[in-house]
Amino acid sequence: MNWFKIPRRQLPLYLMLLLPVAVVFIYAYLPMFGVVMAFQRFEPSQGFFDSKWIGLDNFKRLMHIPDVKQVVMNTLFIASMKIVIETVAAIAVAILLNEIVSKVFKRTVQTIIYFPYFLSWVILGGIIRDMLSRDGLINLMLTKLGFEPIIFLSKASWFPYLLVGTETWQITGFGTIVFLAAITTIDPTQYEAATIDGANRFKQIWHITLPGMKSTIVLMVTLSLGYILNAGFEQVLMLYSPLVYKTGDVIDTWVYRMGLQQAQYSLASAIGLFRSVVSLILITASYYIARKVSDHRIF
Amino acid sequence: MVDRSIGRKIFSGLNGLLFILFSLSCVIPMIHVFSISLSSSAAVTAGEVTLFPVDFSVKSYEYILQNSEFWHAMGISLERVGLGVAISMLLTTLAAYPLSKGKTVFKHQPQFAWYFVLTMLFSGGLIPSFMIVKYTHLLDTIWALVIPGAISVFNVLLLSNFFRNVPKEIEESAFMDGAGHFKTLFALYLPLSLPIIATLIVFSAVGHWNSWFDGLIYMNSQKNYPLQSYLQTILLESNTKVMTKEYAALLAKVSDRTIKAAQVFIASIPILLVYPFMQKYFISGMMIGAVKE
Repeated sequence: MNWFKIPRRQLPLYLMLLLPVAVVFIYAYLPMFGVVMAFQRFEPSQGFFDSKWIGLDNFKRLMHIPDVKQVVMNTLFIASMKIVIETVAAIAVAILLNEIVSKVFKRTVQTIIYFPYFLSWVILGGIIRDMLSRDGLINLMLTKLGFEPIIFLSKASWFPYLLVGTETWQITGFGTIVFLAAITTIDPTQYEAATIDGANRFKQIWHITLPGMKSTIVLMVTLSLGYILNAGFEQVLMLYSPLVYKTGDVIDTWVYRMGLQQAQYSLASAIGLFRSVVSLILITASYYIARKVSDHRIF
Repeated sequence: MVDRSIGRKIFSGLNGLLFILFSLSCVIPMIHVFSISLSSSAAVTAGEVTLFPVDFSVKSYEYILQNSEFWHAMGISLERVGLGVAISMLLTTLAAYPLSKGKTVFKHQPQFAWYFVLTMLFSGGLIPSFMIVKYTHLLDTIWALVIPGAISVFNVLLLSNFFRNVPKEIEESAFMDGAGHFKTLFALYLPLSLPIIATLIVFSAVGHWNSWFDGLIYMNSQKNYPLQSYLQTILLESNTKVMTKEYAALLAKVSDRTIKAAQVFIASIPILLVYPFMQKYFISGMMIGAVKE
């Protein structure tokens, strides 16, 4: 078997990989093996090897916790709303941005609307919390207009929409980049022909621009489907409070509170494992579909 | 294609207006926070501050200047960015070069490529990752913030795609001159890849500066928090601080809200500074990563 025989010339390549492979092994692969704790009554003092094995008990216990169902539903609701609204917003803004004639204006707008993407959720959360607080800017304007102040972040019924709204605001600008690039690949002679045929701008957008972007749109939507169990962990953690747990608690935040704050390691990693497995299936499927529909390959 | 009809003009006007509003919505919150940080606490409480500082005061910045916790956290953040970028870039480069080689030059390229890519699809999740960091004794050290996430497989793929497009002849002539793989990588490939390296450095630095959740979970003691983790606890903490005499005296001049605003502003200064340089890079970087034709 000469599979293991390494030509001398190639030896340095293996040496180069030594460190990266080791780091990935310890901090990416070992945690994968660490999911065994979902099947144990894990005791930190005893470690993975000596903790008691209890089979599927943690999963059975999860099913009887009323929170869990709620948390899964919240995650799906928030994430799917985000996917739909953020995609539509990015496409719409890209098309409208493309309609701006003045180069200087266009570039200025782009510079500004890409910016929120680069601020951390701590900073954005700080700003949003302040703006939406009882005496924040928004309520200041509301009271001046004669309305009662609203404590936005304490209203459970509003919270999911605030999550969607603020994230859409944050990433739409940046999200347009891909779609703008798709628009630039459309052959300009198509527009000229359409103009001669008497199609107005809206008809041109509908019949030329959108179909021209189709493959990119399908690709982006497909890829985003893999992340339907990601409802925006850092954002939720920064904006939520016990008052809105009912509608705002998502799988990731629940795992964080159960696992690290209440030391329910096994229970939390059981739902974490469930989440990882579902995500793995969805991501693999979406990559596979993306490869079929638009020949996109990740490597 | 020039269309000068009235309908077109109305549309252009509305479209321009829409983007002005969108842009304002991105700028105003930042300006508002900045103005709050520079106003007196009385004016802020009275709700007089919108876009400009009212009753100009730098008291909240004076307070922060004296706050050693804040500067300590800032120091940890800077250390993290320096160390983190250096380690990430080294490991990313070392992984990207062999992966950019074809099967004839590097026999096990496909196996190693899969080894890295698999980690993009499946992860152990929060709790097991935390446990591994704990078992490897990184908790409460700066290494917990820079080592576990040091390799972004996405960046490795980006860089190795770039390496793959370096003309083969250059490499062949290097080998003729007796250079080995290490020398070729550091003396030839890296200088040729400066634009993409610069992009990755900037993104990595911004990522390290902005991340806070790992600081929150991997640091047991608050004195080890990097700036953003420290800020997170400050921002979520309400006015329940122990009322020492000095603190009470201070509250007469500054308020919780002006101090928080000043801290938010200071923490975003580095991003504001690198953003102009970043801009020309991130669009192309995004394109290489997102849509390959």
